[in-house]
Amino acid sequence: MRQVKLNWLTFLVGAVLFMFLLVGCNSSEGETASGDDSGGESGSETSSGSDDGGTSDEPVELSILVSETASTPGFKKVLEGIERDLNIKTKVEVRPGGPEGENIVKTRLATGEMSDLTLFNSGSLLMALNPEKYFVNLSNEPFMDRIMDSYKPVVTSNGKLFGIPARSSQVGAWLYNKKIYKELNLEVPKTWDELMENNEKIKAAGKTAVIGTYGETWTSQLPILADYYNVQAEVPDFADSYTEGEAKYSNTPQALRGFARIQEIGERGFMNEDYTVATYDQGMKMLAEGTGAHYPMLTQVLPLIAENFGDKVNDIGAFPQPSDDPSVNGHTVWMPDAIMINKETEKLEAAKKWLEYYISEEGIAAYQEGDKSIGPFVIKGVDLPEDAYPAVKELVPYFESGNVAPALEFVSPIKGPNLPQICTSVGSGQMTAEEAAKMYDDDVKKQAKQLGLNWD
Amino acid sequence: MNNSMKKIYPLYFLIPAALIYCTFFLLPTSMAFFYGMTWWTLDDWEFIWFDNYIQFFKEPSLRIGFQNTLIYAFSTMGGKVILGLLLAVFLCSKIRNKSLLRSVVFFPALLSTIAVGFTFSAMMHPTNGLINKALGILGIEGPNWLGNPKIALLSVALTDIWKGVGIATVIFIAGIMAIPKHYYEALKIDGGNALQSFFHITLPLSRPAMNTVIILALIGGLRTFDLVWAMTGGGPGFSTDLLASIVYKQYASGFFGLATAGNVMLFVFVALVAFPIFRFLNRKEVDL
Repeated sequence: MRQVKLNWLTFLVGAVLFMFLLVGCNSSEGETASGDDSGGESGSETSSGSDDGGTSDEPVELSILVSETASTPGFKKVLEGIERDLNIKTKVEVRPGGPEGENIVKTRLATGEMSDLTLFNSGSLLMALNPEKYFVNLSNEPFMDRIMDSYKPVVTSNGKLFGIPARSSQVGAWLYNKKIYKELNLEVPKTWDELMENNEKIKAAGKTAVIGTYGETWTSQLPILADYYNVQAEVPDFADSYTEGEAKYSNTPQALRGFARIQEIGERGFMNEDYTVATYDQGMKMLAEGTGAHYPMLTQVLPLIAENFGDKVNDIGAFPQPSDDPSVNGHTVWMPDAIMINKETEKLEAAKKWLEYYISEEGIAAYQEGDKSIGPFVIKGVDLPEDAYPAVKELVPYFESGNVAPALEFVSPIKGPNLPQICTSVGSGQMTAEEAAKMYDDDVKKQAKQLGLNWD
Repeated sequence: MNNSMKKIYPLYFLIPAALIYCTFFLLPTSMAFFYGMTWWTLDDWEFIWFDNYIQFFKEPSLRIGFQNTLIYAFSTMGGKVILGLLLAVFLCSKIRNKSLLRSVVFFPALLSTIAVGFTFSAMMHPTNGLINKALGILGIEGPNWLGNPKIALLSVALTDIWKGVGIATVIFIAGIMAIPKHYYEALKIDGGNALQSFFHITLPLSRPAMNTVIILALIGGLRTFDLVWAMTGGGPGFSTDLLASIVYKQYASGFFGLATAGNVMLFVFVALVAFPIFRFLNRKEVDL
């Protein structure tokens, strides 16, 4: 008996050690894989390829903390330009996106471990960081004049400017596959009812009418967030009144409608069979390959589609989320992330030069070498290039005629953190639009309290 | 006797252990009780008495959270006890390759929970997943394991049982091995069969092992977080949110005070469930 036991134990110990080995391999593999997601980059120090002998002066090195989606080819081109022209090296530190990334930023700010420069969301999420306490006031910098007035409010706190735009703006739209539209002889809808009719036809043709990717919950919010153009067209003072705690989703039918849209899409069975678990990657694949017709999404998905599916990006168009009234038809705009300077940096002058270059003509040109824009830039005098994605070109008339409005999170500092989960609840039929609106109002109230707004 | 003991082991021998225990356990725990009653951010705080607790109880998702936590804890506990006991009995019987089989059963317990979570969520994908493809070959249309709000929690629980049954089995094996052989011999002489030996000897005499498994599985289930997070993130909607994941989300949203209060509640809740059961089970133990 004892003999047997001993053997078993040895085997077990051996197995444990072996598993440790395997686990060790796994984790390092995981790291490279996640690096690949963010554009073939496995962590830090991606600044530039030029050799050290090329420059005679001692180069300054600045560190920047960016989210994994922000480190695009265009961004890297600008960094190369900065090193070449300003002799400033940039050390890129990559963090995850979403709430996890926010926590990293908050923690590093609070503990005084922040990098010299920070790339972070503009609008309500930036306000939640308390920018006045942590970032350098840029209001008096001459280069800030290049930024369009439409962008300034989303990086302003207490009348002071704190950041520059990190890329072009984008819109939250209904991306659609033009081949399917042609095949089924459909027209771009001007009202919600027309959109639903199109969906019925697409469903009858055996294709997915609306792509749902609730496996990544943030993607579920688009139909409500992109409805904000329609909300503000009908209730012009919604944002202010919402910030003051008077207008609520549950007492403003035009806002509540956003939840009802999600509920309707879910109830009528327009989404793909696996919508509750599908991911963002699977969603863009369905759209690009034409198995799904519509994907309510930010235009930031276009470069990813171009990267993974090549020319198929040219089959994709974009139209704004329609309202009930054909005369109210416009795009909801997402302002670009901002780049701020940390107050505690020891290289303030270099950092300011860095920012100046980033939004200078050379900087924008370098950026466009690497990335095609996903919407108009918010820098004065920068036009959309000729070779923009067709879907982005479709946006231009809306911008030119002024039929655009920034999303709610850029005109009010408050966004309830549980919105993604509430949206998936509604879309998967576990909650009605009214219940969701009530729950979200509570969520918003908690956030207002956390921001120090006095609502009682 | 008492005096001489004191001389040999003076109290200050306790200091290193006590210091570690205080700084890493007692202090943070008591701080949690304090911060649970404050509104705080990383650089500011304000004392607000029980507002956080009141707010926490007003959370609409909390009812789902408590309910899910209980369902999850008891279903995984049940699964682990029943499967673990059966496996242990099987692995203690006269079979070939016993040690190999034992290791195989224990294997899942060695894997990282997050890795298991990701692997199973890929396998449970409704159309491309391994499980539903295999069922498809047999002509069965598998459910949307993690996407259907009605069964998502049970799918996660199933994964937890798969992963946790190994430890339960090992504890049961140890318990069964400790039963003196002469009970079985006596039963054999009296002409008892295998079923009788299981119900009248193995089951009552492996009670201490079973109690350990029950308590461990229950407490583990009540505070589960990682597996749910890796597999569903609490979704679809709120259908697989457990107390721990709700607390995490509140923390991630920046509601630090509320999250701390939630953790204190979780602590109290686990104690309230686990302690009476522990007492109850211990009373039922029999001596060998």
